[in-house]
Amino acid sequence: MAETAPLICRDICKTFDQLEVLKGISLETRKGDVISMIGSSGSGKSTFLRCINLLETPTSGDIIVHGDPIRFTTNRKGERIPADNKQVELIRARLSMVFQSFNLWSHMTVLENIIEAPVHVLKVPKKEAIERAEAYLNKVGIYERKDYYPAQMSGGQQQRAAIARALAMEPEVMLFDEPTSALDPELVGEVLRVMQSLAEEGRTMIVVTHEMSFARDVSSQVLFLHQGVIEEQGTPDKVFDNPDSERMRQFLAPNF
Amino acid sequence: MIDLKGYGPALLDGAVVTIELALLSLALSLALGLIGASAKLSKSRVAIAIATTYTTLIRGVPDLVMMLLFYYGGQVAVNNLSDYLYDAYGVDFFFQFDPFIAGVLTIGLIFGAYMAETFRGAFLAVDSGQIEAARAYGFSRWRTFHRIILPQMLRHALPGLGNNWQVLLKTTALVSIIGLTDMVRVAEEAAKAERMPFHFFIPVAFVYLSLTAISELFIKWLTKRANVGVVQGS
Repeated sequence: MAETAPLICRDICKTFDQLEVLKGISLETRKGDVISMIGSSGSGKSTFLRCINLLETPTSGDIIVHGDPIRFTTNRKGERIPADNKQVELIRARLSMVFQSFNLWSHMTVLENIIEAPVHVLKVPKKEAIERAEAYLNKVGIYERKDYYPAQMSGGQQQRAAIARALAMEPEVMLFDEPTSALDPELVGEVLRVMQSLAEEGRTMIVVTHEMSFARDVSSQVLFLHQGVIEEQGTPDKVFDNPDSERMRQFLAPNF
Repeated sequence: MIDLKGYGPALLDGAVVTIELALLSLALSLALGLIGASAKLSKSRVAIAIATTYTTLIRGVPDLVMMLLFYYGGQVAVNNLSDYLYDAYGVDFFFQFDPFIAGVLTIGLIFGAYMAETFRGAFLAVDSGQIEAARAYGFSRWRTFHRIILPQMLRHALPGLGNNWQVLLKTTALVSIIGLTDMVRVAEEAAKAERMPFHFFIPVAFVYLSLTAISELFIKWLTKRANVGVVQGS
């Protein structure tokens, strides 16, 4: 029997008021996949990522995390909402997210940030959570900053701490929402290097990004979104060197 | 040392009453303030309407009028209720409204309305990304509230909270009017009997002043703690 897919999304649609942002996006991951989602602003890539862990509720479509489909129901106003908040919390704990603006909790030190969810959500014993956190801080190269507050660090260090926070959940899939877009150009590299090493370890990742070299060199699959649909999809070689879609060619043009 | 003409112990007792009254009212107002702010920020239209009526009503009526209304009106209401319960169900229930309870209820209610506004602003000042990160890591609503929102909103709430507390502390003096033997009441009686207003009111003023001064220090300490992790501008 084939291994259970970490994450399957089927026909995800999202409408805000009258605006149709996602018009049926499907995605299937295998363990160890690194999927880059590229596309211009407003193409829906961040919204799709936020639908996966239900920061936005998809208007229609299914999300299945490791064989476990998220259950939905309809509220009094006729809007679709998750049926079971407990299930949503459990699922979110298995899909950790790295945000564009880091969103480290500002009143906690780096170490406290990292152990917070493992201790309180996953119920890992505190001692073990600290050991785990220190190992991940070493991996992202900021062990010596563990007692700093987020505001005392550079953007690149904050984002690496945020990646350590995501790793400490030992998630099924890591979701990256434009992780380098808020960084000064000279800090982008340190974050991308960490992400590349995670990819090499075989972690399953979905990365919304504007870094074309990362998408090309690191990912196993590239999705090009345009106006809420997947316009082009395939291996990096195929998408970048031999795209079928005219849009994709236009999107790449300024890079040449 | 000034000679308090034998009123010293009574004044001291009065000061204790003042402090008890202030602290209990503070606890009530903080609870009401949190509930009020949550209601105002909720999606329920009913909750918003109730909270808005509460804050508008309270902030628009003088403290003294409210206190008289509660003390005299409250007793009448309790009497009517007790009569009704006795007639209808044979339940013998009576509750004596004393000035202390009336004072705590009135001051708590009044300042609950001000606290609600302070807390509402502070809740809105918490960066939405902080809350989103908590949700994204599987926090329940309650855990998000008490681990992330509460500690972060405190920083924004403390200046307003400290201000409310000082005004609250001074408002307790009003309760002497409905007959509570607080510090002010004792001083008033002593001043009348001895015909020495300065002699008794100035020490009372100093007690209030020292209480507010101590509070100020405490709030400074709290502010420092709540601002942990915030880089101060030079």
